[in-house]
Amino acid sequence: MVRRRTAELITRVRLAGIAGAPDTITWMATMEFDWSVIVDATPALLGGARLTILITLVGLVGGLAVGFVAGLMRAYGGRFLSAFAFTYIELIRGTPIVVQVMFIYFALPVLADIRVNPMTAAMTAIVVNAGAYIAEIVRGSFLSVHKGLKEAGLALGLPMWKVLLYIIGPVAFRRMIPPLGNQFIVSLKDTSLFIVIGVGELTRQGQEIMAANFRAVEIWTAVAILYLLMTGTLTLILRITEKRMRML
Amino acid sequence: MSLVRLSKVTKTFGTVVVLQEVDLSIEAGEVVVLVGPSGSGKSTLLRCINALEPINGGDLVVDNISVRAGRSQIRAIRQEAGMVFQQFNLFPQMTALENVAFGPRHVRGCSKVDAIAQAQALLEKVGLADRGHHFPSELSGGQQQRVAIARALAVKPKLMLFDEPTSALDPELRHEVLRVMQSLAEEGMTMIVVTHEMAFARQVGTRMIFMEDGKISVDGNPTSLLGNPENQRLREFLQHVH
Repeated sequence: MVRRRTAELITRVRLAGIAGAPDTITWMATMEFDWSVIVDATPALLGGARLTILITLVGLVGGLAVGFVAGLMRAYGGRFLSAFAFTYIELIRGTPIVVQVMFIYFALPVLADIRVNPMTAAMTAIVVNAGAYIAEIVRGSFLSVHKGLKEAGLALGLPMWKVLLYIIGPVAFRRMIPPLGNQFIVSLKDTSLFIVIGVGELTRQGQEIMAANFRAVEIWTAVAILYLLMTGTLTLILRITEKRMRML
Repeated sequence: MSLVRLSKVTKTFGTVVVLQEVDLSIEAGEVVVLVGPSGSGKSTLLRCINALEPINGGDLVVDNISVRAGRSQIRAIRQEAGMVFQQFNLFPQMTALENVAFGPRHVRGCSKVDAIAQAQALLEKVGLADRGHHFPSELSGGQQQRVAIARALAVKPKLMLFDEPTSALDPELRHEVLRVMQSLAEEGMTMIVVTHEMAFARQVGTRMIFMEDGKISVDGNPTSLLGNPENQRLREFLQHVH
């Protein structure tokens, strides 16, 4: 069916090129943007977007926690902790997220008899994946803080954890916001890859509707706009956070 | 009992020997001016005293605590030895008042109200009573350094270490910092000052130490050393500084 439509389209475009205006008009007519398709698809797409947001939120909160721990282990941990975090980061950064989620969903049951539903697999994948990238962001920002501040804190007689928490942390956090924003947006869009394990997120919903009505233009436009709305909101939140903080 | 006692302290960075078996005792109330060419080890000596740099050999005892003791003992040393840095190193996310109140609050366990009252009094002492709500980036270098002195004093140390406190300042801003240091010395604070300010050494110092190549080569009274330096290297050094 799809193939036939494509062939038809190609023929028409070709004819339009040779024969001129009348055929072009017929071709345009078949491409008419049908708003009713979007109206019908909206509930399903919004449902998908809701799942996308849910996976992203859980993923980012978890990813931040994992990232902070792993990043601080890399920056300030001893040889063992640092090597441990390094291995985790390299393992995750070195493999595609699709492979990671497939591993969690299909390989873990076989390997360790751990069975998870698609949603749990998806959330775990984002946490683990975002965590590795955020770890490097955290490490970089903490280490970029002038070492005089650390010394000033230690010279007061503070323990190292207080120096990290009260002195270096707040300065580093401000520097983290732009790269964290990047990672948040990447993670949000990466949820679309969970189509491979059948999670009903936005892209999957779009794909399913498209398979039923073949309205590719309408559906993928709607899906793209929904993603833009979500990433736009994220950007806005980060922009506001950044503005409210004095850069140091 | 000396407040600071170094016995055969050795410090190396890789293969470079920065301090070579240094012996030194400093009594409470002394104002020691540490001078010497760059790379002679004077800053490193200062940083070893509050354990910002670990020593490689010998022993260094501050207020009866060795820098070789455990972590909590090292923190105790640092609470007794306030440090003022060349680059001020104020906490940029805190106002001047918060910078000064931070130590008492988190190191001495003061209540917030007490810490702020103390901090206000210290800012007054360094002549910055009206600058408490300013962030470091809104203060001049001289003001920042005075806040840094107040911050170090807030922890109530027995000893103050100054690592080239005026080197990053414009000449006209130096005197305001030196004046604060002078009044501190007059109150009887024990001080070790790495500096190139020979006028300060003469007026305020009770003892002057000249270091070269990781060793103390001259140790004596600042007035007589500056008036009539017998050591050839010190004489040359002083000619370059003046």
